[in-house]
Amino acid sequence: MTMASSGTAVVTLPTDTTILITREFAAPRHLVYRAWTTPELVKRWWSGNRGKVTSAEVDLRVGGTWRWVMVTDHGFEVAFHGVYRELKTNERIVCTEVYEGFPDGEAVNTITFTEVNGRTTLTVLVEHSCQEHRDGHINSGMEGGMQEAMDHLEQVAISLM
Amino acid sequence: MARAPTTTDAFNAVAEPRRRQILDVLAAGERPVNDLVDLLGLAQPQVSKHLRVLREVGLVRVRDEGRQRMYRIDPRPLKPIHDWVRNYARAWNERFDVLDQVLEELKEKERGDHDDGK
Repeated sequence: MTMASSGTAVVTLPTDTTILITREFAAPRHLVYRAWTTPELVKRWWSGNRGKVTSAEVDLRVGGTWRWVMVTDHGFEVAFHGVYRELKTNERIVCTEVYEGFPDGEAVNTITFTEVNGRTTLTVLVEHSCQEHRDGHINSGMEGGMQEAMDHLEQVAISLM
Repeated sequence: MARAPTTTDAFNAVAEPRRRQILDVLAAGERPVNDLVDLLGLAQPQVSKHLRVLREVGLVRVRDEGRQRMYRIDPRPLKPIHDWVRNYARAWNERFDVLDQVLEELKEKERGDHDDGK
């Protein structure tokens, strides 16, 4: 059996405007980077088990655009797009991200790939541009930052489960 | 986009840092309003206003004890917030589990390429 499952993604909310996702992979970073930047590979993993990726455009250069589209099993189309701002092959990607269902809420994503002993730690930092958009996301039950509330929840909501 | 009223739900109620502080204090146990005034360094009318919002969304309960009003937390309305983050994490976990499989194949392919002397 291969070491397929390398861990669990950790999602934290470091500030009121950011989301941080961290995950370790049992693969060298150039492969994780390749999986993140190659359309045919993005199409295989990005929708998880929730649907099918119908389009994955990647113009991998600074100023180039990306647009990924998936259709959920319930027929709901989810599309994101953005522009690459910074690219350091196998190490770091900085790009904007817009969820097309809420086009005013542009975020900036910083994705880093760090390799130790053939294993890669991936971090995705999502930074929202301003409080208004953050609030919009909070109000719509989508992405948003409420670190204190989350810390608090860890203490008190567990009692409900 | 106009902001929803603070009393719409727990999401809006806890968007205000002072109200999160109040919940943090109450998470440790029931308190009279004077304790909150002292601990937060806020004027009583402000604390009362925040408590009113928290009560309206059901995050805080109150009871009378002699001349004092005692406030305590009810965490149940926070569960949707908790669920939301958990859903977000779950979506990424599913995605990464599939990515694990893709990476295994890429590794296999690279090993094969090396074996072929490419």
